[in-house]
Amino acid sequence: MSELIAPSAAPRRPTRAGTVIRRLLRRPLAVTGLVIIAIVVIAAVFAPWVAPYDPGEQFFDGLTLEGAPLPPNGAFLFGTDLLGRDLLSRLIFGAQTSLVIGVVANGIAVFIGALVGIVAGYFRGWIGTILMRFTDLMMSFPALLLAIVLAAIFKPSLWIVAMVIAMVNWVQVARVIYTETRSLAERDFIEAERSLGASSARILWSHILPHLVSTIVVWATLGISTTVLLEATLSFLGIGVQPPTASWGNIIFENQTYFASAPWLVFIPGAAIILLALAFNFLGDALRDILDPTQQGRSA
Amino acid sequence: MSIEIPLLSVRNLVTTVSTATGPRPVVDDLSFDLAPGETLCIAGESGSGKSMTALSLMQLLPQPMARVASGSAVFKGRDLFTLPKEAMRQVRGNDIAMIFQEPMTSLNPVLTIGRQLIETITAHESTSLSQARQRALELLNQVQIPEAARRLQQYPYELSGGMRQRVMIAMALSQNPDILIADEPTTALDVTVQAQILSLIRKLQAETGTAVIMITHDMGVVAEMANRVLVMKDGRAVEAGPVRDIFAMPQAPYTQALLAAVPRLGEMTGTTMPKRAVRTWEQTAPKEVVDVDNLTVRFPIRSGFFGRVERRVHAVEGIGFKLYRGETLALVGESGCGKSTTGKALLNLVPFTGDVRIAGTHTQGLRSDQMKPVRRDIQMIFQDPFASLDPRMRVGDLVAEPLRIHGLATGSELTDRVAYLFKRVGLSADLLERYPHEFSGGQRQRICIARALSLSPKIIVADESVSALDVSIQAQVLDLLQDIQNETGIAYLFISHDMGVVEQISHRVAVMYLGRFVEVGTRAQVFDNPQHPYTKALIAAVPVPDPERAPKRFSRLTGDIPSSVRPLSYEPPTAIYRDVGDGHLVAELS
Repeated sequence: MSELIAPSAAPRRPTRAGTVIRRLLRRPLAVTGLVIIAIVVIAAVFAPWVAPYDPGEQFFDGLTLEGAPLPPNGAFLFGTDLLGRDLLSRLIFGAQTSLVIGVVANGIAVFIGALVGIVAGYFRGWIGTILMRFTDLMMSFPALLLAIVLAAIFKPSLWIVAMVIAMVNWVQVARVIYTETRSLAERDFIEAERSLGASSARILWSHILPHLVSTIVVWATLGISTTVLLEATLSFLGIGVQPPTASWGNIIFENQTYFASAPWLVFIPGAAIILLALAFNFLGDALRDILDPTQQGRSA
Repeated sequence: MSIEIPLLSVRNLVTTVSTATGPRPVVDDLSFDLAPGETLCIAGESGSGKSMTALSLMQLLPQPMARVASGSAVFKGRDLFTLPKEAMRQVRGNDIAMIFQEPMTSLNPVLTIGRQLIETITAHESTSLSQARQRALELLNQVQIPEAARRLQQYPYELSGGMRQRVMIAMALSQNPDILIADEPTTALDVTVQAQILSLIRKLQAETGTAVIMITHDMGVVAEMANRVLVMKDGRAVEAGPVRDIFAMPQAPYTQALLAAVPRLGEMTGTTMPKRAVRTWEQTAPKEVVDVDNLTVRFPIRSGFFGRVERRVHAVEGIGFKLYRGETLALVGESGCGKSTTGKALLNLVPFTGDVRIAGTHTQGLRSDQMKPVRRDIQMIFQDPFASLDPRMRVGDLVAEPLRIHGLATGSELTDRVAYLFKRVGLSADLLERYPHEFSGGQRQRICIARALSLSPKIIVADESVSALDVSIQAQVLDLLQDIQNETGIAYLFISHDMGVVEQISHRVAVMYLGRFVEVGTRAQVFDNPQHPYTKALIAAVPVPDPERAPKRFSRLTGDIPSSVRPLSYEPPTAIYRDVGDGHLVAELS
């Protein structure tokens, strides 16, 4: 029978963790992303050993005689800030804060958002209505206002800030995932699964979640830069990470008024945020393609 | 006709699409002529390049992915492929017009019919608005749309599929084109509506003298419409000639195979069993596996802030039937008649009232965990094999999944069972590791069958399971289904709109209309002696793949099937059936 002939000469490929990593390493952009992320993580974890100076120390020779910050030079690679502190050291210590905010807080936000969206989108009914009306309610508050209220109630600390950011940022994710789950749940193959007797848990875990991976990955990477900046905003308003603790966001906000005379103080931490977000984006993009079997061989 | 100078002369057309491995021809060295006023049917199965040919002529290829690589298409002394963009835009619509397969998506949903028609008219000629309106009205009358003036104010969603296709034809004809290209214009429509549209195209062609290039996969449509036929396969012309010659003496083996695969209505007359049945199961031990009594499914239509139920769709209205071991009961009807809903109700996928017994178990109101053991007895094969398999799962896992869900096999036993199922449906077990998108439609439907079979059910509900497939593949899948029945005595509820297919596969037939059975009987009773006018209309509307039969003049059921949306207070009249002999039931006309 001609039907027995293989449809195409594609090689067989088991998608397991090992192969995912191997295929990831074959993509230059993904490798770039991984390297940048690795550098930031290592710098953050080993900050006390990596950083050339103490981030809080105000150097006597860190300012010009007029009291202006120093541009990048031999002693201070990235220059110094308004108080004569070494910018490179502050960036390295700030990476700790920013990673917690950008990865942990954002990760929690995406997790909550995805969970709410999937449950509301798949089960619909009264539970879906309650969840989505609550999401709309959260959305209707300006995020910053909400964050300020939350941060004012609790005593500001890094972990409180992370929690506040997660509480504010899950709503958009929930909205997007909700819509997508709803349309997925109406597709034929989900009905086919139900007719086989598959439980809701099975359908959600093995047939709906895999299709949402790309959306979740995109939102997770996009969220990194926005959460880092939201943390900076909160710090600027005095309810975020408290000085003298450094974070990439509050370095920018501390220095933005002197942007014209000391541009490196804004540019360099800004570039760090963009680079980190971009790195996660590269990684997320590659992961999405690798995890989607229908994309195989198209853009590899 | 062929002595005249051709209106359009296509020579050595090659259209390529770019792939990862370089350009691949989808139309390869195609040549044909089109005489004024004639109908040329381009026939072929999916992937034969017939639609690409049409898009090439219209210069509407999805560029830069696909492009015309070489060849010429001379129309009125000009080669269409060398025309500048603006000149080609003038040709489109003015001289050559096209209608597409999907009338649901080719109209803009947010503009009224009138606005869209007037826009088409004024795009090519400068007329006043009132003149354009007048012309739009004329066009709608020409395509026989009732209440044309009111339709101008309506939006596409307010019209049925058939009406929308009429509007599309009206738009295409607005500039009196010399050539009308119709790409599968009736494939998405019901048979009775298809018959209306086909006769409309014939009528308009006689009135206006437009030449028609009709692209279709349906040899019945070819026989009814064509003067000449061009059979395509894999981008190449396999055979071309006058329609009578092609049907009477097909030369190419492919044409012969294609024609042989077409189910011909009436070819089973005088027999009582399905085409491939080898033995009768019900005589040895008539065992009913499904018993349905007074099944009713109504969907509420909610509106307003509090979601108050305003009206109800009466999808299925008090039907009853029995299905025996080894038997195929066909449920025939047109879209919206409730046949798919009936199938879903049997699997408890929609809430229903009435009594349904599956292998002895009453299923009404069962929760999904209570329903689970019942699902081992009844399984379903869906219509669209491209949509009913999770694209992210390997096919081996997909076939193993039912066994895993019901905990029936693990480890090597599971692997063996899946490999066996794959062989059973004619697929090689080497393919287990692949993903659904790597398979053709027919292969995917085989995978769906393997999934359904994996639990060894007593009943399979096949919901339009072959209608998305090409005829030759369709024939193979039907054979497979019947072979499995011969072997295992499985019962099928075969839901279909295609009378030709139903005639081949079924023992008994139930004709459904607006949620009710209008006629029930053995296949021989219903097909050889149809009693209800709707059954007669359905059978008459099927295009016959025989050009010798003069095109039928349809004394139809004009217009559309009425809606089954009813106000809350609506109480359906009780159906009364008359037995016209040997259990052949016909609904009384109310």
